[in-house]
Amino acid sequence: MSVILEARNLVRDYHIPGGLLKKAKTVHALKGVSFSVEQGKTLAIVGESGCGKSTLGRILTLIDPATSGELLIEGKKIDIAKGDMTPEMRRKVQIVFQNPYGSLNPRQKIGDILMEPLVINTDTPADERRDRAMTMLKKVGLTELHFNRYPHMFSGGQRQRIAIARALMLNPKLLVLDEPVSALDLSVQAQVLNLLADLQDEFKLTYVFISHDLSVVRYIADDVMVMYFGEAVEYGSRDEVFADPKHSYTKTLFAATPRADVASIKARLAKKRAA
Amino acid sequence: MSQAAATSAVSTDPSRRARLAEFWYYFAENRGAVIGLVFFLFLVLLAVFAPWIAPHDPVAQYRDAVLVPPVWQEAGRADYLLGTDAVGRDMLSRLIYGTRFSLFVGVIVTTLSLVGGIALGVIAGYFRGWVDTVIMRVMDIILAFPSLLLALVLVAVLGPGLVNAMIAIALVFQPHFVRLTRAAVMSEKTRDYVVAAKVAGAGHGRLMFKTILPNCMAPLIVQATLSFSSAILDAAALGFLGMGAQPPTPEWGTMLAEAREFISSHWWVVTLPGIAILVTVLAINLMGDGLRDALDPKLKRS
Amino acid sequence: MALLEIENLVVEFQTASGPFRAVNGVSMKVHEGEVLAIVGESGSGKSVSMLAAMGLLPWTAKVTADKLAFNGRDLLGMSANERRKIVGKDIAMIFQEPIASLNPCFTVGFQIEEVLRVHMGLDKAARRKRAIELFEAVGIPDPAERLNHYPHQMSGGQCQRVMIAIAIACNPKLLIADEPTTALDVTIQKQILDLLMKLQAEHKMGLIMITHNMGVVAETADRVVVQYKGRKMEEADVLTLFENPKSNYTRALLAALPDNATGDRLPTISELFVDEGAAQ
Repeated sequence: MSVILEARNLVRDYHIPGGLLKKAKTVHALKGVSFSVEQGKTLAIVGESGCGKSTLGRILTLIDPATSGELLIEGKKIDIAKGDMTPEMRRKVQIVFQNPYGSLNPRQKIGDILMEPLVINTDTPADERRDRAMTMLKKVGLTELHFNRYPHMFSGGQRQRIAIARALMLNPKLLVLDEPVSALDLSVQAQVLNLLADLQDEFKLTYVFISHDLSVVRYIADDVMVMYFGEAVEYGSRDEVFADPKHSYTKTLFAATPRADVASIKARLAKKRAA
Repeated sequence: MSQAAATSAVSTDPSRRARLAEFWYYFAENRGAVIGLVFFLFLVLLAVFAPWIAPHDPVAQYRDAVLVPPVWQEAGRADYLLGTDAVGRDMLSRLIYGTRFSLFVGVIVTTLSLVGGIALGVIAGYFRGWVDTVIMRVMDIILAFPSLLLALVLVAVLGPGLVNAMIAIALVFQPHFVRLTRAAVMSEKTRDYVVAAKVAGAGHGRLMFKTILPNCMAPLIVQATLSFSSAILDAAALGFLGMGAQPPTPEWGTMLAEAREFISSHWWVVTLPGIAILVTVLAINLMGDGLRDALDPKLKRS
Repeated sequence: MALLEIENLVVEFQTASGPFRAVNGVSMKVHEGEVLAIVGESGSGKSVSMLAAMGLLPWTAKVTADKLAFNGRDLLGMSANERRKIVGKDIAMIFQEPIASLNPCFTVGFQIEEVLRVHMGLDKAARRKRAIELFEAVGIPDPAERLNHYPHQMSGGQCQRVMIAIAIACNPKLLIADEPTTALDVTIQKQILDLLMKLQAEHKMGLIMITHNMGVVAETADRVVVQYKGRKMEEADVLTLFENPKSNYTRALLAALPDNATGDRLPTISELFVDEGAAQ
């Protein structure tokens, strides 16, 4: 198995300039995070708001540069601050956002949304672009009829399918999924998770799955990394982490997650009756 | 391929029609807006077909009919429905031809300030930093002058005339568009779809004008309608001050200026152009309000 | 006697494309000291039915019901003024976005004291004292100091605590919580849910928990109403619902939970549940 993505000691500081009454300060959003993901695997990054998981996602997607540390994609070191951003690199990593209502341009038709990455990065002829967009549309469970519609005519789940299709148009190796199902209803969430699993099998995709929902993570991940205030406090295979959490924060997180099984309901009701 | 094109035509149509229907639903809820729109369309027809509708040549002077009152007054003549002015020109014909100038002024001024304002606003809002500072400070300086005074100064520099007046007014209106565009661009810029386009590899130009700008148009359209009416008003004011259209052009403001001395003796020469300006501006403003009602909820929903 | 009684509630909205029926003949009852969870996905009308009961819907909504009564008093028949006296005092509500539900221009202390002034008519010193008590009750540390803070100076979890303090300020008989923890982190969610359950037990309040999260239902509810597309699919006590759901929709909903996944694909609702209402 080849390693697709490797991060070595990634650090990201935000410098907040001082004003008249405030001192300038530096916020450490990421304090040295290291991990690697093999092809076809899913690494889940778990944490609560402000833990730096979205910052990490933006660095992995080559949107923002890291302050220090190394990022290797398919063994090749890349630093966008130095400007070694090439279209080939660009095509290797794509992202799917949390909010399907904000991630699609409301003034663009679905077809144009899907074809845009090809228009920008390749010189594929128009006919072929169209065919590839149509194929991808069907692959994510939509039909040709949807090609000329605008995003506002779709439900949240359908929009997320479109966002996934767009991310796949350039045949990326790595997909960063930033809370892709947390804005969706339960039933739709199941469909999108299934779609992601199908696509992973078909294209040998590597996923970095950012989420705060432990039940989803347990279902989809191969490896899990738990983040807390910019640090990776727990990193290991899914079964290891869930069976035997080491860090106290991980334990708190597990204990806080509501359980929807009959046994825990019975326990709760018994406790209530006793009180 | 042709079959695909056919399906595309079929599936686009209902979408666009539905959008239009929705737009009309919200627009029509505002009755004033509909009245404004009807009146505006009436003005457009008048302007286009002026040579066929107007009973007389607007600059022809009928020496036998100087200062004839409107037809319903004593001594009014059926030839001159709204009377004649001090040199015997038919008021009705002049007013009808005047719509041409007013609408022309509105269209040109709005287009000029809209295009300039959008370009500067998008650049300022997208790049921020010193580019933003420079552009916005210049706009602040323009805004610091009373608008008519600045227009007057510009016309004085450029020389009086309708074209120069339009350029001056466009320049004065521009900052409003710049500000509005900048604010809209700044709020759209952080949205996920813009980041997504960036991840897809889009460059600055594409991000600015193809991705962000179309999503900022609704408030700009509303502002454009409102400045359409202000442009007509300002052009009339410049005409009144002798800095706009020059006589014998039948421009409403110029007509007012020529008729100043008859204000107490022959009311129609002054009042009728005044009413024309008033009603036109009112109609367009009402229409603008309706547009805002119809376009703004859309902004909130998407 | 039931605290809140709703029979055959119908809510319609006027839209550009004609009337839209958001709630379609929903009936339910909440008793004193009971936790009722209303579960449903977006568009199930779960929030709308409660907003309708409180009279908080915009004028474009048309609300009809065979019965809509609070504590035996008919809510639909009474004047807006009378209704306002009940809503906010005897029925209180908390919302999904705690930071947005507080007015950013005023301190949280002012906002809680305003409620006490309007509904309880307390004088200044008594208001202050009661506000501090309430903040203590909802677990805000250093309450006297915190009263002078503005909403933006507090975290989402703290703001939700303030909202709860405001909601229980007048000792309401019924508290409606509309997705109270959806915008919060899991660890904070746990704290807020524990707090709500504690207050509910202490004050013997009726609590309606509107949520889409089956985990929250399992951890809080006594009885559950499942809604789908404006209709009630099932009503059962919580154990029965999870152990032995009657409606196909509930069964599908539970199967779609990743916690219950058995294979490497999740069963989806459309495979398990055919929308019976769609044919109507």
